[in-house]
Amino acid sequence: MIKVNTEDFPWHPGMTVRALLDEKLFTFRHIIVRVNGEFVPEEDYEKQLIQDGDDVLVLHLMAGG
Amino acid sequence: MGTILKDYSYTPAKVKRGYSGKSLYINVSDLSIEQKEITDFMKEKFTGGKGFDLWYLWHAVTPETRWDSPENEIVMSVGPIGGITQYAGTGKTLVCSISPLTDMPIDSNVGGYFGPLLKFSGWDAFELQGKSEKEILIFIDGNNGRIQIEEAEDLPEDAHLLAEELTKKYAENEDDMVNISVVCTGSVAKHAYMGMLNFSFYDPRRKVCRFKQAARGGLGTILHDKKVKALVVKYRGVKPNLNDAADISTINKVGVKYHKEMHDLDHKQNKMRQIGTANTIMIMSQYDLLPTRNFQMGGDPETVKISPQVFIEEWLTQGLHDGCWYGCTMSCAKCADHFLLTTGPYAGQRVTVDGPEYECAAGLGANLGVFDPQAILEENFYCDTYGIDLISFATCTAFIMECYQRGQITREQMGGLDLRFGNSQAVLELMHLMSRGEGFGKIAGLGIRKLKKVFVEEFGADPQLLQDIGMEVKGLEYSEYAHKESLAQQGGFAMAIKGPQHDEAWLIFMDMVNKQLPTFEDKANALYYFPMFRTWFGLVGLCKLPWNDIVPADNYKTDSPAKVPEHVQNYVDLFNAVTGRNIDKEELIIQSERVYQFQRVFNVRMGKGERKDDYAPYRSLGPVTREEYLSRQELYDKQLRDFQQLDPETMDLDEKIAATRRYREDQYEQLMDAVYRRRGWTENGIPTPERLKEIGMDLPELLEVIEPKL
Ligand code: SF4
Repeated sequence: MIKVNTEDFPWHPGMTVRALLDEKLFTFRHIIVRVNGEFVPEEDYEKQLIQDGDDVLVLHLMAGG
Repeated sequence: MGTILKDYSYTPAKVKRGYSGKSLYINVSDLSIEQKEITDFMKEKFTGGKGFDLWYLWHAVTPETRWDSPENEIVMSVGPIGGITQYAGTGKTLVCSISPLTDMPIDSNVGGYFGPLLKFSGWDAFELQGKSEKEILIFIDGNNGRIQIEEAEDLPEDAHLLAEELTKKYAENEDDMVNISVVCTGSVAKHAYMGMLNFSFYDPRRKVCRFKQAARGGLGTILHDKKVKALVVKYRGVKPNLNDAADISTINKVGVKYHKEMHDLDHKQNKMRQIGTANTIMIMSQYDLLPTRNFQMGGDPETVKISPQVFIEEWLTQGLHDGCWYGCTMSCAKCADHFLLTTGPYAGQRVTVDGPEYECAAGLGANLGVFDPQAILEENFYCDTYGIDLISFATCTAFIMECYQRGQITREQMGGLDLRFGNSQAVLELMHLMSRGEGFGKIAGLGIRKLKKVFVEEFGADPQLLQDIGMEVKGLEYSEYAHKESLAQQGGFAMAIKGPQHDEAWLIFMDMVNKQLPTFEDKANALYYFPMFRTWFGLVGLCKLPWNDIVPADNYKTDSPAKVPEHVQNYVDLFNAVTGRNIDKEELIIQSERVYQFQRVFNVRMGKGERKDDYAPYRSLGPVTREEYLSRQELYDKQLRDFQQLDPETMDLDEKIAATRRYREDQYEQLMDAVYRRRGWTENGIPTPERLKEIGMDLPELLEVIEPKL
């Protein structure tokens, strides 16, 4: 199990940041990802692995409308 | 040329440090014209824009004044930063009046050239009061210091024709047409409470008048009631430092930095320059936020048919600079050129359609079940030229459609109109009927609050159901975001000061997706900061979009990325550089709060502005119907378990809906308590004298209004 934006989410071996975004249906492009507080640049989404127990923040940057 | 009824000469005041120091007052009952001083008191307490508008409006009206009382005013002002050309989004005018939909002050923020040209013609603000006997138009010649009131004879009703005719009439030649801006409504204003104001700017490449709208709250209906066909301003000679800024080099520096950001990042972020605000249609649908079929659902698989890509590839002209004021590199005012109309009085003609903006595609599209870009563009054109507030029209029509589909009203009661969801031809026919004031078109133009009464009293509809599904608060229709799963946004809409418009706060991602606002206090803090911050745009003449529809590349490194701290600092720097003052970002919020609290007290003075006026229809808070519950059953069942420790397996559907409702209504009450505390209001929503004193707004006239309510 991992935390995504403070809520539990099931983890599986080999889960990358990209896979997590796809599973959460996070399609908005203008986001910031932090894993255990560390910023993950967009070019690393495909390769950065998420470990069981990680705390992931996916901040959607829109306060607009 | 119509008969000149009044010819008035004046010496145009030069703008100093962002203010001309004068406002223009015209009473169309007796055609009197006066100049008023903009005092230091006004600048200190109200800053400009909406602040000035509300201050003048307060003194013009009484608690008994209604939208069509002669003393009601339309007031407009652009604010001290308005009109600079070095930064994006600096030409916005704020328009205020007592609204026919809400019976209290409405404010609407609009682009186009009128406000800045008015200021450069010597007027920081413009009050229009009274009611004319004959239909008139008012022409302000800012270069020659002349105001003419003339009879409006034989002029067309609809905005695209009227603005073009008046622009040609007052321009000396083609090159002069960019120096003219027209404010007018359209044929609907005669018959509906949702008439809006079009503000024009001439597009020399397309050779047409383009429009931005002061759309909300029936401002066009009021202009028509005053028998004012149009306001026209002409000012030749716009250049970068007409505001006589105290520190032009800072303005230039901040502007260059911002334009570079736009150039480097827009295509990677929101693509505002390609598609404008409609860029978010698919995203809203994917996140369950696109109001669909009267806010029942938050999206639909068919949204792909009206995706940004479809508009970009098939409809919108690319590569032209589409700013609604000089210097706007965000340039989001897109157009569909040579669009062939297929219905209504202009069927067969090719026209330029301004838009669609997000609200248009969401409201006239998904919320009506219309997933057809061509129909949306045609609806968009007719809303603009008829002078219809498309948000009120869309939300109101969605309500009518649901009432019809749920058997609350019949086709016969709608004069034969088959207003099923998705029937764009019936929607267009409704607009045409509204523009002629015929049949069901006249009834629909009353807006949801009055329609609920008609449907219940005359058609025998179920009052509770209509209360639950009629998406209005304070009499104003909701703007186009589904938000059932964001408690903060429920408050952002229903506790918005003028009615449920998202221009105060859009907190859905922060709250629902990012989970950054877990407690009532967190939500209340956001419902303090964002409404105050965003109010400021309307005090100084700025467009909100350049604030956060693009952000600096390193914005993510800041501790509050949602606030876009670098852009907030840009605004502080611009304000100081124009006015020569020395505010910081905290004082910026206080400037806004002074006006915000003033507006709340103004509502109280008009018999509104209390807790009872801040309740949302249940459709905003949760699932009203079985279909809505079932569409997200897994989520709602989980919430019953997690939040209320109930076992959904032992409950039938109606019990689950009722339990969900009890819980959500209670959450909303708790949110109100927290927000009222944070805003310095009593439990009943009245600003306290202590809070007014803290921000320097303990003015005797305000205390007199609130004291009996404490
Ligand atoms: S961002 Fe768009 S709406 Fe705002 S000023 Fe620029 S063109 Fe006008």
